[in-house]
Amino acid sequence: MTVVCALSDLLPDRGAAALLPSGEQVALFRTGAGEVFALSNIDPFSRAAVLSRGIVGDLDGVPVVASPMHKQHFDLRTGTCVEDRAVSVRVYRVRVEAGQVVVAA
Amino acid sequence: MQKTLVVVGNGMVGHRLVAAVRERDRAGEWRVVVFGEEARPAYDRVALTSYVDDWDAGRLALAEHDRDVEVRLGDPVVSIDRAACTVTSASGAVLGYDALVLATGSYPFVPPVPGHDLPGCHVYRTIDDLDGIRDYASRIRRGRRAALVVGGGLLGLEAAKALRDLGLSPHVVELAPWLMPLQVDAGGGALLRRLITDLDVTVHAGTGTKAIERDGERLVAKLGNGTELDVDLVVFAAGVRPRDSLAAAAGLALGERGGVVVDSACRTDDPHVWAVGECACVGGRVHGLVAPGYAMAEVVADRLLGGTATFAEADTATKLKLLGVDVASFGDAHARAEGALEVVLNDAVSGSYKKLVLSDDASTLLGGVLVGDASAYAALRPLVGRPVPVDPVGLLAGAEPAGTLPADAQVCSCHAVTRAAVDGAIAEGCADVPALKACTKAGTGCGSCVPMLKRLLGEAGVVQSKALCEHFTQSRVELFEIVRTTGVRTFSDLVARHGTGRGCDVCKPAVASMLASTGGGHVLDGEQAALQDTNDHFLANLQRNGTYSVVPRIPGGEITPHRLMVIAQVAQDYGLYTKITGGQRIDLFGARVEDLPAIWRRLVDAGFESGHAYGKALRTVKSCVGSTWCRYGVQDSVRMAIELELRYRGLRSPHKIKAGVSGCARECAEARGKDFGVIATEHGWNLYVAGNGGFTPRHAQLLVSDVDSATLVRLIDRFLMFYVRTADRLQRTSAWLESLDGGLDHLREVIVDDTLGVCADLEAAMARHVESYSDEWRGVLDDPDKLARFTSFVNAPGAPDPTVTFREERGQRVPVLLGVPEVVG
Repeated sequence: MTVVCALSDLLPDRGAAALLPSGEQVALFRTGAGEVFALSNIDPFSRAAVLSRGIVGDLDGVPVVASPMHKQHFDLRTGTCVEDRAVSVRVYRVRVEAGQVVVAA
Repeated sequence: MQKTLVVVGNGMVGHRLVAAVRERDRAGEWRVVVFGEEARPAYDRVALTSYVDDWDAGRLALAEHDRDVEVRLGDPVVSIDRAACTVTSASGAVLGYDALVLATGSYPFVPPVPGHDLPGCHVYRTIDDLDGIRDYASRIRRGRRAALVVGGGLLGLEAAKALRDLGLSPHVVELAPWLMPLQVDAGGGALLRRLITDLDVTVHAGTGTKAIERDGERLVAKLGNGTELDVDLVVFAAGVRPRDSLAAAAGLALGERGGVVVDSACRTDDPHVWAVGECACVGGRVHGLVAPGYAMAEVVADRLLGGTATFAEADTATKLKLLGVDVASFGDAHARAEGALEVVLNDAVSGSYKKLVLSDDASTLLGGVLVGDASAYAALRPLVGRPVPVDPVGLLAGAEPAGTLPADAQVCSCHAVTRAAVDGAIAEGCADVPALKACTKAGTGCGSCVPMLKRLLGEAGVVQSKALCEHFTQSRVELFEIVRTTGVRTFSDLVARHGTGRGCDVCKPAVASMLASTGGGHVLDGEQAALQDTNDHFLANLQRNGTYSVVPRIPGGEITPHRLMVIAQVAQDYGLYTKITGGQRIDLFGARVEDLPAIWRRLVDAGFESGHAYGKALRTVKSCVGSTWCRYGVQDSVRMAIELELRYRGLRSPHKIKAGVSGCARECAEARGKDFGVIATEHGWNLYVAGNGGFTPRHAQLLVSDVDSATLVRLIDRFLMFYVRTADRLQRTSAWLESLDGGLDHLREVIVDDTLGVCADLEAAMARHVESYSDEWRGVLDDPDKLARFTSFVNAPGAPDPTVTFREERGQRVPVLLGVPEVVG
């Protein structure tokens, strides 16, 4: 378990990246509804570490982030790509404890 | 063994034939060689009259053939040896053929009146003819300038338009009792005459031209009715005759009134020789319109590749705008069928004349004439020969007949596309007009069937949704009006009151742009920051490895050596790959997010501002060096470019906006490839609008000429603000203009003539933009909260992204891409 930042460091409906001790990068998202999600920060299509910089929103009620590189959408809950369900990114377990965002890794 | 197809003639029909052969000939059965008399590439002769708008022959050019087609321009075929199956060209080349297609077109008929060959007498057929008319007109001394057009048909009225655009007062002489006697009836002709007379064209109908005489520097035209006209030049537009002398010399049969005789396969009595277009006589008739010519070209292309197509009946339907007046004619326009009934709606008040011709039992539509308002044409023409779906008066008044349009009815006559083909394309997923155009070619010729395409889409249940995305049912234009008039200033407020859900990557940046262009403070203020695409969020351009590029504004491309050194030093210190952009500035690549503030601190301290290369906003105003240095320059283009760039910098818009200013007609700034382009003249500036490079390059079109600097700026203010308010999301100015009903004429009415009364408001909105502009990067550097976002990692603010690495290429750093994607199932 790694404490990565305070919940207040995350802007609603915007992502931020965090560096884990393993060297992995997670993209943290705080939705306007107050939920927090964590995905791998690497966009599987472009292979660049940019998913945290995508726009957060919803498609058909599903919370998603749009890759800033070529706009594929990823389900924040499952990591599955909406446009190509064969592609997904790793999902990290994440919770908020005493105002701190904690990632399981 | 490849066979050789020789095409004689590089006009529209010859061009179409080659395109049709190339499209069908997948196996490369035919080597294609084209001989053209004119030295210029094939062009759209139907649009010749628009050449006068900007004298840009390139805009009329037809799509180039692929490279395997050999086109020999300026080298007409002079003889055919049918026994040897060879042609000889003017340059002396001899070429054997397996198939020979004659597409020599026609020549203008000049009636043998005395004086028809005096200097000042012209014909109207080619670009060179128009250049000749323009040269002659430019030498006419100032004073009363008038011209005579002999012939009041389609071509004559187009010539009259060209002459009027050249500043001459045209007289049109027509032998028949009314104008356009081939296409319209007496009633339509009467209205046409009235509408055209209002446009400073004097009509002399029911009389001929007896003689033309020289009178000093002018000409006197004597008409059959005794009238004598003092004019400066004469244009003969009294019809055309087939160019069949080459065929005649080769011993091919000619029709009674000329034209190479061909059968329904468009083949002459020599099985190796074919003829298409205006030089061909098929079924005893010579056709002078492009649509039948195209149909013949398709028949021959099909036959050459083993098909069995035949030329059935020519579609002589015509729709055009003459001097701004809509005229359309289709089917049996003159009610020649026995017992034909006519239904006429003649509205002298609004200036429209509509006639339908019906069969004797009123059950079948035979034809019609529309003058003044031809909007019903697209719906009516395909119904010719078919049952009348609703009562005829309702049909004329614009009732919806499309539902009853049979599957085999032709929707697009230019490309022979039936309703069934359109419906099929819709069923396969074409969801809008551009998709239908790409898939079926319908609507890509004269464009008159586009309203019908829209209607068929609608009937197929394809909702032409203008909804921005799933969160807003409104179009961008509607949302813009909501934002502008209600004072909603946040996305969450807007989506709560006018939308659903939480938004997405389509609506959020679109709304952010609207908030910015209606005066919303800094783009990263408060909630707005979360709406922005990554480029706007970091005020830099995302590159493929996750780093960003930096573009400082260099207005007009003018830069001091000192500032150039600052850029060089920054690039050196941060290891940035450096490249000159197409917009006359410098792009620095490979900047890490956490380095952006320090890089910009140094640039801002040296006096640079954001160049907005990352935004849907004004990018650059490119300029040539202008009259300060250039021997040819007539105005100070650099000063104007800087003034315009500083005026519109930071303006958020539906898409990027690029501009250019050239100091003379040589156009070194390539201003006509821009959203707005300014070209200096001796007397002021010409303003061109709605051009672009990119995927579908388009030349900008002339909006106004010879205006002074203040007028120029005022018109650009209105143009840009009108575009910002009314374009769709990600719609460049060219596509926007194309989508405006009425196109350039409408735009001119709105922003030059102010017919909607919105110009003062548009100018005021631009004044507010200019007033409230401040540099976005300085805004970030002055605000610790905004600065804090420029980190790669929220838990390690100074740490660089370890996945970003570089290698060296030609002395600079370029990205190494991640080898293995981190994809976990």
